[in-house]
Amino acid sequence: MKEGFRQAMAWLHTWTGLIFGWLLFAIFLTGTLSYFKEEITHWSRPEVRSQALDPTHALEVAQRYLLDNAGHSGTWFIRLPNAREAGLNVGYRDTHGGPRGVVSQTLDTQTGEPLQARDSRGGEFFYRFHFQLQMPHPYGRWLSTFCAFIMLLGLVTGIITHKKFFKEFFTFRPGKGQRSWLDGHNAIGVLVLPFHLMISYSSLVLFMYLVMPAGIMASYGNDTGKYFNDLFGRNDAPAPAQVAAPLVPLAGLYVRVQELQPGARIGDIQVQNPGDRNARVTFSQSSADHVAYRRSANWTFDGTTGALLSQGKPESGVMMAAFSFAGLHMGNFAGPWLRWLYFFFGLAGTAVIGTGLVMWLGKRQLKHAGNERLPGELRLVEVLNIASMSGLLLAVAGFFWANRLIPLGVQGRADWEVNTFFITWGLTLVHAMLRSGHRAWAEQLALGALAFALLPLLNALTTGQGLNHSLPAGDWAMAGFDLTALATGLFLAWLAGKLSRKPRAAAGRARRAASTPPAETAGAS
Amino acid sequence: MTRKTASLPLSYRLAVTSRSLAALLGGYLLASMASVCIALVAPLPQVDATLTGLLLSFVFYLLAFIWCFACRSALRAWLGVLTPTVLLSVISGLAYWMTSA
Repeated sequence: MKEGFRQAMAWLHTWTGLIFGWLLFAIFLTGTLSYFKEEITHWSRPEVRSQALDPTHALEVAQRYLLDNAGHSGTWFIRLPNAREAGLNVGYRDTHGGPRGVVSQTLDTQTGEPLQARDSRGGEFFYRFHFQLQMPHPYGRWLSTFCAFIMLLGLVTGIITHKKFFKEFFTFRPGKGQRSWLDGHNAIGVLVLPFHLMISYSSLVLFMYLVMPAGIMASYGNDTGKYFNDLFGRNDAPAPAQVAAPLVPLAGLYVRVQELQPGARIGDIQVQNPGDRNARVTFSQSSADHVAYRRSANWTFDGTTGALLSQGKPESGVMMAAFSFAGLHMGNFAGPWLRWLYFFFGLAGTAVIGTGLVMWLGKRQLKHAGNERLPGELRLVEVLNIASMSGLLLAVAGFFWANRLIPLGVQGRADWEVNTFFITWGLTLVHAMLRSGHRAWAEQLALGALAFALLPLLNALTTGQGLNHSLPAGDWAMAGFDLTALATGLFLAWLAGKLSRKPRAAAGRARRAASTPPAETAGAS
Repeated sequence: MTRKTASLPLSYRLAVTSRSLAALLGGYLLASMASVCIALVAPLPQVDATLTGLLLSFVFYLLAFIWCFACRSALRAWLGVLTPTVLLSVISGLAYWMTSA
């Protein structure tokens, strides 16, 4: 670090990138999958069929179910079906209830009966993993937020290192081994730079209350709850009056909301103190309706008279800034095309991290090209590179195979899907340790290619909702999943094919490079 | 780098460790104090001032990281991070004392 500023930043970029790259790769890949969280859930629970949306009818169904099953509970939650979520989700607070003290159930919109769908966490698993890392609260969130900070640091130090990056962006030298990896790393990094900056900074915004609490404590003292009430403009519901009073029909309130805000899609509905004189019903507008989170887009009614009590408070400028970052990160507002763009940007971010890790090792491997064995620390990086990249892809595939193969009646079925994910991941680590780096890459990618490419077939055989059914039926979420799996399989096969040819190609390149112009060696690696 | 590390002197390694700690812990302290200071001093409603402090704190953390690895010595890294932290603490302390008095 006696060198200049740019060298120092390159050093920082290299080393923070290496240490956090493996985890960042997993966070980015599972985060990218989360843009299709509902579609993955739809694939994972094929029994939940999409039905024509009828919010008032769905609300009647939900209210009846909750009256019959959750009369004792102080808070009900209802989530209406929408274009991306077919099921009607209801929940209620129950001290003996499931995770976080809430019992949840997906209902059939027509009959109001609990849906007999397979027990699976679907897209929710990848979504939760990408910021909780399967660690106990709050450590996973801390770690993933710190990783996001390192990503931001990596972007800034990367920009400083490649200060001529706009010029370098137009220099792509394929088929040049290490040089091509660097060009690819730079090109993708620069092309998607605004997205990368947004996604890493907004991750910090999402969890800043958790990782940077000093400001809140200094300003609000011990009453941090007041900060959140001020921020989200919430008024606490009054305590139950302990006087029984029937709840007004929620469907009627829904019609009122539509009069107040024509065309509003409704996200969550919360009922507090149902069956009590102090009942409160809050309708929140779906986050799909705005880019930014809107605290103003909700309406609270008196649950016994049906009178509109309050509307969400307007946002200040600072709030809009913070809420916009949150909204941009989650991309709930995105329609199909923009959602695909998000997905590809996310993949680009994953690729920038992956190419960086490959380059770190490649550069240092060159010095040991003649040796039979790599030095221990380089071998460690190699094994971790393989397990964290191709291994993770196999683990994702394992999750989906488990979803189709574990019998429906098995106790703790959803947990077994998650276990399959981690067991597969662990096995890829063992495999990477036992095989030479080159073989491990090729074998894992080839297996990954097979696992993904065969998923549509597996789906067709086990559920009868394969592409031959989903395409004519116009079930684009199901068909899109299968086609994406197929495309992933083909891409991995191409990658595996390239890798299994590499040693000869690289040797040939060295010979040819001396005699032929560069254009002819294109595609050799 | 890795081959080199074997021959790098211990003092260099300790200096890198010291810089890392300055960035990680000193930088966090700086970022926290910056968010406290902005929350208490910014002429905005309480919730907006607090939110602004939180939003900007990461900029300070980022600058602290860059400083800690760009400056000439580990000592400068610590000084560069702790001096503004102390300054921000004094301003925050004054602001806190004035509002609560």
